[in-house]
Amino acid sequence: MSNDRFLAKDALGDFLCHCQGLGYTVYSPQKQEGVRESVVFAPWQKGCEIQLAKATVSPKHLLLPQSEVLFRFRHEKGEEGKSSAVHLEDTSQQAQPTLLFAARPCDARGFTMVDRPYLQGLYADPYYAKRREGLCVLTLCCNSGCESCFCHWTGGGPSSPEGSDILMTDIAEGLVLQAITEKGRKLLAQSDLPEAGAASDQATELRRKAWQSLDKAPDLTEAPHKLKELADNLDFWTEQSRACLSCGACTYVCPTCYCFSISDERRFSGMEEGVRLRSWDTCMARHFTEEASGHNPRALKAQRLQNRISHKYAGYPENWGSFSCSGCGRCVTHCPVGIDIRHIVLAAIALPDTQAKEARS
Amino acid sequence: MSETQKARMLEGLAPRPLMPGNPYLPMPARVREIITETATIKTLRVVLEGEGAMERFHFEPGQVAQLSVFGVGEATFVINSPPSQKDYLQFSIMEVGEVTHALHNLSVGEQIGVRAPLGNFFPYEELRGKNIFFIGGGIGMAPVRTIMLHVLEQAKDYGSISLLYGARTPKDMSYQYELDDWLNHRDLHCTLCVDKAPEDWPHREGMIPNVLKELAPSPDNSVAVLCGPPIMIKFTVEALLGLGFAAHDILTTLERRMKCGIGICGRCNVGSRYVCTDGPVFRCDDIQAYL
Repeated sequence: MSNDRFLAKDALGDFLCHCQGLGYTVYSPQKQEGVRESVVFAPWQKGCEIQLAKATVSPKHLLLPQSEVLFRFRHEKGEEGKSSAVHLEDTSQQAQPTLLFAARPCDARGFTMVDRPYLQGLYADPYYAKRREGLCVLTLCCNSGCESCFCHWTGGGPSSPEGSDILMTDIAEGLVLQAITEKGRKLLAQSDLPEAGAASDQATELRRKAWQSLDKAPDLTEAPHKLKELADNLDFWTEQSRACLSCGACTYVCPTCYCFSISDERRFSGMEEGVRLRSWDTCMARHFTEEASGHNPRALKAQRLQNRISHKYAGYPENWGSFSCSGCGRCVTHCPVGIDIRHIVLAAIALPDTQAKEARS
Repeated sequence: MSETQKARMLEGLAPRPLMPGNPYLPMPARVREIITETATIKTLRVVLEGEGAMERFHFEPGQVAQLSVFGVGEATFVINSPPSQKDYLQFSIMEVGEVTHALHNLSVGEQIGVRAPLGNFFPYEELRGKNIFFIGGGIGMAPVRTIMLHVLEQAKDYGSISLLYGARTPKDMSYQYELDDWLNHRDLHCTLCVDKAPEDWPHREGMIPNVLKELAPSPDNSVAVLCGPPIMIKFTVEALLGLGFAAHDILTTLERRMKCGIGICGRCNVGSRYVCTDGPVFRCDDIQAYL
């Protein structure tokens, strides 16, 4: 770790100012008042308090804004007010470089899980690609596990480097910064932060202790297979979803839920101009798959919960070779009725094969 | 990952026409002709705008398009003209929701947006030498029309080619102006049926699955290609299985609500597969649990 740099706590503001000087818009965790006080990733400005707490919601909005313009359209009117031509303005390349400060390893690993469908499928998403290319991720390692998170169940851990450009370890008086990617190396090289020296060893020791603090993770190898067997076992899913309100909170706080809707908005002036928007959507809502005819392949909340859990632990693994759950635990913390994804996956694994298949025969 | 899973993923990588450029940006197109098919179905013939745009546009039978009415939204329709038709792209649209309502209100000469080609296509190369039994129910005749006309262009490469086309009543039957051609086509055995027949109806009466059982096509060296409403697909697949067709030899299209059309937005999946990129054409052994 000889190239590590040291960032003293009282120099955090100067460092973030320096990053702004490099052209980055800086996002950091910040307290937000509300019914319940929360911590959200928001634009940082000189003078803002610097939070290192784990955020209430994930930073996925830096890559997938809650709502964004896909293009603008403007009609040219011909005879009788009929549209004779439409002009489209592509807005896919407008994103500016962004620096994310103090994400957690589950957040950063979440990015890699969203990257696959958005960048490595049959089509690449140009809006996402532009944002991703301009995003520099500085991740704060967790110094211990916590009650509701389970990153180590899904292949991660408190200092997993996946998705991060720089890993930061909090050693009380300051942060030890370790470059993971070329982008991260460049950022550290451009800074005037001192070398970490002996602080690096301290950081290594803290990371080791953090891993040791985790409880033993159950083996989830069988999860994809078992969930697939359970796909049409409505009894199982009815039981698991009994309390579900279909509120979608789980999908909004999730770092790897990436479903969206597309809709048009036009100005009140009439048909002349408007925008096509894409916005976050939730597969837990009944209307998500409801067709104009009224037909709905996932009309029941049992079917919707089945789809969400099975996507993360069966369908996505089948397509991309990894779970699409980074184990951040936010859905567990924020579900108003206490549905716990860990319990559902374990219940699926615990079912003997014959029982899982029952509904099929 | 199992070997079959790997094979399935490779299947998805088969070369096929894809949209170039920003996949969310529609190509401008203009309505050239509007045909009123039934009380609820209109057929639009549209021409892509720009020098050489139609010549450059390639697709395979079964591939779909997202049609845009800017300010209202987008919806998915199969391109139901065969690829050999280079003058226009044809879409048959049943008025059901907001976008289809807006599409029905268009006039000739108005501009719309087209994102295409999307999705996979009927594996007509693999079907060479086989007997093909096409079944279209209602608006489901649209995708069947594309692949049927495409196959009929090369009829000598296939065994016998049959069509069973059904609708609720004669008035609900689209493509009436083509039915005589199909009934008299030397390479096509065409059967028409309606659920409830008026007295002067010279063709069959009955639901598609029942008429199919009466026709009893042989499953030997045969494939069935069917499209229609979900309930019709369900019972017709059952009838075909009853006649001895293997699930693998029954091809159908699935329809789901779609937004992105490019495998990302998460709406149209059936299990791990996406109707927009892995479909809309499926072999029944892959999707039986979802019918």
